[in-house]
Amino acid sequence: MATQHSRAAARLMISPSVILLFLWMIVPLGLTLYFSFLNYNLLMPGAHDFIGWKNYYYFVTDPAFTTALINTLVLVLGVLLITTIGGVLLALLLDQPMWGQGIVRILVIAPFFVMPTVSALVWKNMFMNPVNGIFAWIAHAFGFQAFDFLAQAPLFSIILIVAWQWLPFATLILLTALQSLDSEQMEAAEMDGAGPFARFVFITIPHLTRSITVVILIQTIFLLSIFAEIFVTTNGGPGTASTNITFLVYAQSLLQFDVGGGSAGGIIAVIIANIVAIILMRMIGKNLEA
Amino acid sequence: MARRTTTARKTGNTVLAWGVGLLIFFPILWTILTSFKTEGDAIAIPPKFLFFHWTLENYVNVNAQSNYLLHFWNSVVISLGSTLIGLAIAIPAAWAMAFVPGRRTKDVLMWMLSTKMMPGVGVLVPIYLMFKTFGLLDTRVGLVMILTLIDLPIIVWMLYTYFKEIPSEILEAARMDGATLRSEILYVLTPMAIPGIASTLLLNVILAWNEAFWTLLLTASKAAPLTAFIASFSAPEGLFYAKLSAASTMAIAPILILGWFSQKQLVRGLTFGAVK
Repeated sequence: MATQHSRAAARLMISPSVILLFLWMIVPLGLTLYFSFLNYNLLMPGAHDFIGWKNYYYFVTDPAFTTALINTLVLVLGVLLITTIGGVLLALLLDQPMWGQGIVRILVIAPFFVMPTVSALVWKNMFMNPVNGIFAWIAHAFGFQAFDFLAQAPLFSIILIVAWQWLPFATLILLTALQSLDSEQMEAAEMDGAGPFARFVFITIPHLTRSITVVILIQTIFLLSIFAEIFVTTNGGPGTASTNITFLVYAQSLLQFDVGGGSAGGIIAVIIANIVAIILMRMIGKNLEA
Repeated sequence: MARRTTTARKTGNTVLAWGVGLLIFFPILWTILTSFKTEGDAIAIPPKFLFFHWTLENYVNVNAQSNYLLHFWNSVVISLGSTLIGLAIAIPAAWAMAFVPGRRTKDVLMWMLSTKMMPGVGVLVPIYLMFKTFGLLDTRVGLVMILTLIDLPIIVWMLYTYFKEIPSEILEAARMDGATLRSEILYVLTPMAIPGIASTLLLNVILAWNEAFWTLLLTASKAAPLTAFIASFSAPEGLFYAKLSAASTMAIAPILILGWFSQKQLVRGLTFGAVK
């Protein structure tokens, strides 16, 4: 029963949020776009010449960019693979009848609430350190050489840390979805002679598809801009071995004070995020409508 | 007809699930245990699990050697401040969209969600320069502003899904009984909306407390919340496992406790209502 009057009131109530978000989108992004065409370095004050696409050219042809792009993809896909498969398995396990289910659930969810800098430093120092870490101790106990995770396999180590943080998220959402599964449907299938495997493939998996797509979409948005974990563990190194796009832009703008180049990188990061978002929205569009 | 489960199978499930659960929780448990060790015990090989000299000295030292309470307070102010301001802006918007939906309400909601997909680095340079120009670097005010803006879409979305569930018939009934707009809002809607607002508050405090992009890049020492303070332990010369653990335990304990209360809201909030 929306009258003219209430519509006007509604518009008034919505406008602060819309205006703020619009300004937040348009002003800084517009400035980034503007800076990206300037030869603007904080170390060389005064000179802000317009140099066209040069910043983009330098950013994209820098070998570090290719590495960072590949690292970003590996990081996102690696974490998605571990958390989705691990999440499905864990959710199936937690959905079984057992004693102390509530407590186990709390234990599994806990890593999600740990701030990124804490989890990265705890893993770096107390687990992956080649001298004092628990992994080194386990390796020695079995007669192996200690493996220097963050020096020899920096990207893989970061994937492990990030996956540990996001596994609870996937598990929790998939578990919620599993618990909404109609048990009568399962029983009907069982009576019709469907074995456990057939029931899993033809009932459980289709039921979970929507939640799995939601998990993938939301995680991808967050995983594209992983920063703190890299910042406190490897600082992008050795070399650029664990630099992702986010970290590369940060290094360019705040460590090398290259406002122009950093801005060009920022715009490229936005474009990449948009491409991924559009592809994902297309892929899951059908699923979400249901 | 409930499915029968044998005790043997239930025992098997229990053992397996507890094993996996403890494995996943172990890094947190280990951090808590290490925070009660001496620095010597903390790096001992083989690791000392329970039989070590228990001490509280790390908690005392962290507070004495650094301004821990200040950083803790910064975290409280920034996470709570940004959430409360965000709620104040978002409640009217979500309210209007839920109760007076227009033709474009869905589009506005989707657009708000899309602002959340913009990566922080896309606006890092101008934000940093603006903060520098206006003297906002390393201030709590500046961080509250940024976090309010990045949280706003999630707050609107969460509130919208909660308000949507309030049946509009109840409003009509109240109107029939002669309730004025004011008493309608005060006595009918507010009591029904409070649980949703509380859940939104809880989840956003958690997200803001753990935010670690802007808090790391826009603060130095004065306004640094715990995320940035803990990051200062990554410098190799300042590395003391027991102290790091004590600082970490204090930083994550409040959120672990809040988080356990918010398990159900977490799913809805983080999936924008797509999974309930």
